[in-house]
Amino acid sequence: MAMRPQYRTALFLLPAGVWFFAMLVLPLVVVFVFSFGERGPAGGYVPAFTFDNFLNLGARWTAFKNTLTLAPIGTLACLLIAYPLAYFLALRASPKLRTMLLILVIVPFWTSILIRSYAWIFLLGGRGIPALLALVGLEDLRLINTPFAVLVGIVYGYLPLMVFPIYVSLERLDKRLLEASADLGAPPLRTFLTVTLPLSMPGVATGCMLVFILLMGEFLIPAMLGGGKVFFVGNALVDLFLQSRNWAYGSAVAMALVLIMLVTVTAYMRATRRWAGGRDEVSLM
Amino acid sequence: MTDKIDFISREKFMAELMRYKKGSVSRRHFLGVTGLGLATTVLGSAVPGLRRAAWAQGNIGDRVVLATWPNYHDPANLDAFTSETGAAVDMSVFGSNEEMLAKLQAGGSGWDVFVPTNYTITTYVSEDLIEPLDLSRIPNYDAGSFDQRFAGPGTVDGVVYAVPKNWGTTGFAVNTNHTDGKKLTTWKEFWDMTMNEFSGRTMVHDYQLTTIGNALKYFGFSFNSIDPAELAQAEKLLIDAKPHLFAINSDYQPSMRSGDAWMTICWTGDGKQMNRDMPEIEYVLGKEGGELWSDFYAIPKGAPHLDAAYALINFLLDPAVNAKEVLFHGYPVADSRVNALLPAEILNDPILYPAADLLSALEFGAAATLTDPNRAELMARFKSA
Repeated sequence: MAMRPQYRTALFLLPAGVWFFAMLVLPLVVVFVFSFGERGPAGGYVPAFTFDNFLNLGARWTAFKNTLTLAPIGTLACLLIAYPLAYFLALRASPKLRTMLLILVIVPFWTSILIRSYAWIFLLGGRGIPALLALVGLEDLRLINTPFAVLVGIVYGYLPLMVFPIYVSLERLDKRLLEASADLGAPPLRTFLTVTLPLSMPGVATGCMLVFILLMGEFLIPAMLGGGKVFFVGNALVDLFLQSRNWAYGSAVAMALVLIMLVTVTAYMRATRRWAGGRDEVSLM
Repeated sequence: MTDKIDFISREKFMAELMRYKKGSVSRRHFLGVTGLGLATTVLGSAVPGLRRAAWAQGNIGDRVVLATWPNYHDPANLDAFTSETGAAVDMSVFGSNEEMLAKLQAGGSGWDVFVPTNYTITTYVSEDLIEPLDLSRIPNYDAGSFDQRFAGPGTVDGVVYAVPKNWGTTGFAVNTNHTDGKKLTTWKEFWDMTMNEFSGRTMVHDYQLTTIGNALKYFGFSFNSIDPAELAQAEKLLIDAKPHLFAINSDYQPSMRSGDAWMTICWTGDGKQMNRDMPEIEYVLGKEGGELWSDFYAIPKGAPHLDAAYALINFLLDPAVNAKEVLFHGYPVADSRVNALLPAEILNDPILYPAADLLSALEFGAAATLTDPNRAELMARFKSA
């Protein structure tokens, strides 16, 4: 017997719905409830109803400040490096070279980010790149355990997430528009600025969103390449749950992060949509 | 990270690789010294098809999960345990007792054996996270041969919850190539050097007990102080020193060995391991005092492989095995049977067995220090400053 279409739709949506509810909504509810609780005498959580955890959020101001500075800078750095690469891949590379280069962009994902970050510890350490730079006269350059090292790790780790959306939008670009622009007398730079760039904006917006959202929750790269001295909200959360075991305060910090993300991402979506002239082309791939 | 991978330098690894390629050493030797043998065992045990069939394993199961500290076991001993019993040792290392406690409080750690420090055990008991030990299943534990000063904290209200692993001290390691012949002897010098000549070269533990404790020592306060006025002074020192630190990390051996870091807060065995390979790195106990500690083997409540847990503890407490552990990691034991097997140069080693006057200034960590919310919050402020 044929199933009615709306039941069929519901049935197919069921696994995603259950997943969404059990893995996102429920944990968020738990975090929300915990954020009004208190730390137990030996750590953990004791039920209570207090706003102290939220009133005390200022104690993690540096972590929020670091995250809100380095996440946008990291996103921008990724964009500046990824765009020319994606442009080359989509518009300049021969099909054979393109396939190979695309594979090369993906290959690092096959190894754990932990191991790749560890490799960067050696590259940025005293016997790595600084030792090479000392040969050309740049003595005593400190790279490891600085915000710069964290930025390098971020760009390295997140670059593919930026390259692919931009590549896809550039690859879909109708090449005849570029010819038309040239035929009508526009120099290459003008063609790029008035045709290519605007048409690739959905990819740029998507890539920025992907990288920015993930960066806001980052903790591994700052911990490994920042030597414990560059502190993100993610690191504050790890410490609150794994060291000081103040789950209630940790939940409040987590709620604050979620809230900041909601506000920034919504504002960003609105801005890009208005910028794109009301067209709803900004999507997560 | 496994012990030996941390332990071998890149140069040594390449040298061993060349020796192996030339055929001057066996594959077994190569895998042993580089730690790749252990890595292969661990990777191999992660592939179900490569595990031994159930009937071949005796009855303790095919694995045992060990939560311990960095550079704290001889991989050869763990391999020997696996070949004797069929249970592969799945080891993870931690940087602080807080982290171990947090994992157990959160539940579902999956650990069978863990290695808590003396001052944490009463908290594990009151939080109902630790299993009372059935000593009849650990015949290698002979209470009479252990120094009570180090074995005592394993017993709470007359019940034995933990048996001693090693004891040691928390001092600092300094690379004397950079001190211009100056002999450092105090924590005051440790922090003063950090903020002057050694700026950018010092590491402190990512561990409130030792980092705050040794900052308190700068002023001559107790290592365990939870007095708000004393903690405020320690905090000021830490915040002032922070821009001069190389890193806040309990895994300091790689940076000390590579020469990026020149000085670090350091535990006995790490001091011994670095000094053994690089004699210019010396281990110093601050004259003002610091920490004396004793680590234990214990079984968390709900350990999934209880039989294997007892088997592993019993195996590691075998005096012959334990002696090999000491030779590898350089932490002393409180077991007189083991000391009888150790060579004189170990028993007379000033890193392992410091002079009495240095030792008497040290303090055991206190339970209140572990759970004090102000110390935890101070550490967080220091890290995020």
